[in-house]
Amino acid sequence: MPDANAYWSRNLRYLGILLSIWFVVSYGCAIVFADALNAIRIPGTGFKLGFWFAQQGSIYVFVVLIFVYSRLMNRLDREFGVAEE
Amino acid sequence: MDVRLWTFIMVGISFALYIGVAIWSRAGSTRDFYVAGTGVSPLANGMATAADWMSAASFISMAGLISFMGYDGSVYLMGWTGGYVLLAMLLAPYLRKFGAYTVPEFVGQRYYSQVARVVAVACAIFVSFTYVSGQMRGVGIVFSRFLEVDVTVGVVIGMGIVFFYAVLGGMKGITYTQVAQYCVLIFAYMVPAIFLAVMLSGTFIPQLGFGGADPATGVFLLDKLDGLHQELGFTPYTDGTKSTIDVFFITAALMLGTAGLPHVIIRFYTVPRVRDARISAGWALLFIAILYTTAPAVAVFARANLLDTVAGQPYDAMPEWFSGWEDTGLITFDDKNGDGNIQYVGDAAENELTIDRDIMVLANPEISRLPNWVVGLVAAGGLAAALSTAAGLLLVISSAISHDLLKRAWKPDISEKGELLAARISAAFAVGVAGLLGIYPPGFVAQIVAFAFGLAASSFFPVIILGTFTRTMNREGAIAGMLSGITFTAAYIIYFRFVNPAADSPENWWFGISPEGIGTLGMLLNFAVAFTVSTLTPAPPAGINELIDRIRVPGTIKTGGRS
Repeated sequence: MPDANAYWSRNLRYLGILLSIWFVVSYGCAIVFADALNAIRIPGTGFKLGFWFAQQGSIYVFVVLIFVYSRLMNRLDREFGVAEE
Repeated sequence: MDVRLWTFIMVGISFALYIGVAIWSRAGSTRDFYVAGTGVSPLANGMATAADWMSAASFISMAGLISFMGYDGSVYLMGWTGGYVLLAMLLAPYLRKFGAYTVPEFVGQRYYSQVARVVAVACAIFVSFTYVSGQMRGVGIVFSRFLEVDVTVGVVIGMGIVFFYAVLGGMKGITYTQVAQYCVLIFAYMVPAIFLAVMLSGTFIPQLGFGGADPATGVFLLDKLDGLHQELGFTPYTDGTKSTIDVFFITAALMLGTAGLPHVIIRFYTVPRVRDARISAGWALLFIAILYTTAPAVAVFARANLLDTVAGQPYDAMPEWFSGWEDTGLITFDDKNGDGNIQYVGDAAENELTIDRDIMVLANPEISRLPNWVVGLVAAGGLAAALSTAAGLLLVISSAISHDLLKRAWKPDISEKGELLAARISAAFAVGVAGLLGIYPPGFVAQIVAFAFGLAASSFFPVIILGTFTRTMNREGAIAGMLSGITFTAAYIIYFRFVNPAADSPENWWFGISPEGIGTLGMLLNFAVAFTVSTLTPAPPAGINELIDRIRVPGTIKTGGRS
């Protein structure tokens, strides 16, 4: 029988994974490793990769992360029978 | 038709729309007034949140700011969007489940303390007032530039509109006018951006266009800018001047501050269910991202346009808009070497041109010779951005006064009708004060924005997270944490911005962190103090465990002991 602890630890696991991606993309790709990534260009464009992550890519990833989280949690709610009416 | 007439038409239509929406969505109860009866659909709440969040600064100033800062401008782009990820995953669902009307309400109950509640109320009011004064000022400026009325008259008209729907409709009126305002502002932002993208890069999509090439020469726009910047002695556009650690801390402070700003958090109280709060944060960020991914493109187009038009060119050959903005004092030219050409260079001693960054968005349609109706549309968009944010902030102030102070602290037996009346009166009062701050702005509005984010990051954000994710955090820890976070952050900002501005430079900053980024350190301090104090003081009472169990799951669940 699933219980509150199991529900919560699954939630924490999702958070750990998604927030790691959030951190790596924004603070990693767009800030700490921006200079290194700037050596690479997105083919066919004028974008240096680090700059692109800082001004475009990270924002797209943020949007996707929230929708993924929302889906995962809705599924988790149903699995544990705690979805609201 | 001329620009002024078009502006009147565009602004007039948008205002009529807001008033119509306000009449349709009047508030009948305190529940309507504070949280729109929790009946807002996630999609509508997403739009309302986007309008609530995107202020006059996002609409008018941000692209210009990035245009002058290049890579360094990324701190705003990431900082003001990345916070929604934290909000969606760490705050919104749990606060929605808790089901309060205000942020201090959660703080007061979770930490079983009137003191904690009052500290939270003080933070909420301070943060919201500093923020709102800038919005009303923005309203006044748009009116004065485009409709040639006095700034004061502009602010009074803006106050009248906000008064009408905020006092009449509370959160319900604000929500649906914000939906309308989002549509107006995003349309107004995208139309000139798409025009510019087509002109400068030959594509309809600004987000792709600024990575594209000049159709005439085949040189990539960003390469062209980097090259021009080096030639003129500026830092290359795609490089920054800020240190990596400072960019890191500023971005973090803006993200944490975004997630902790009360006017954004309360928007998630208005949806029916926990799962609506989660998806609604996704919609909100998607709608925000449309503008935030366009802004850096507009910045590049504007920069390229500007350098092409002015750098090294004869002053006499400047187009009409140049002298128009010179009249307003936002562009100034000082021919230091007397050769009649405009030297626009990185070296301050030789540079002859100064340009106010705010005009980049407002002047873009003129610089690019777009049709007059586009100029009118931009004015209406700027007003929509300022008014929608102002309304959200005013509601935080009014609910902090009528609900947290009056109902919860002074007069718990006040009737529903009495509280609704009090809420309307405090909203009216807040509109009045905000208007006064717009007419007589304190000279330090721009400086004080760092305050709003720093304080939100170092107070609300940690206290709410700890309240949900730990069971052991107690009253003493939370209060000590909030106070030390705020005091440290405020002291650092006040020292470098007001007491000793001469020392405000990287060599004097702690670890190279600027006052904009210090909220991040304030948050870490808050966490550290809160944990230390909580281990030395009594654990929270048993009821708190049940409260935490309740907010952690959307529906009901059998509890399996502690985790």
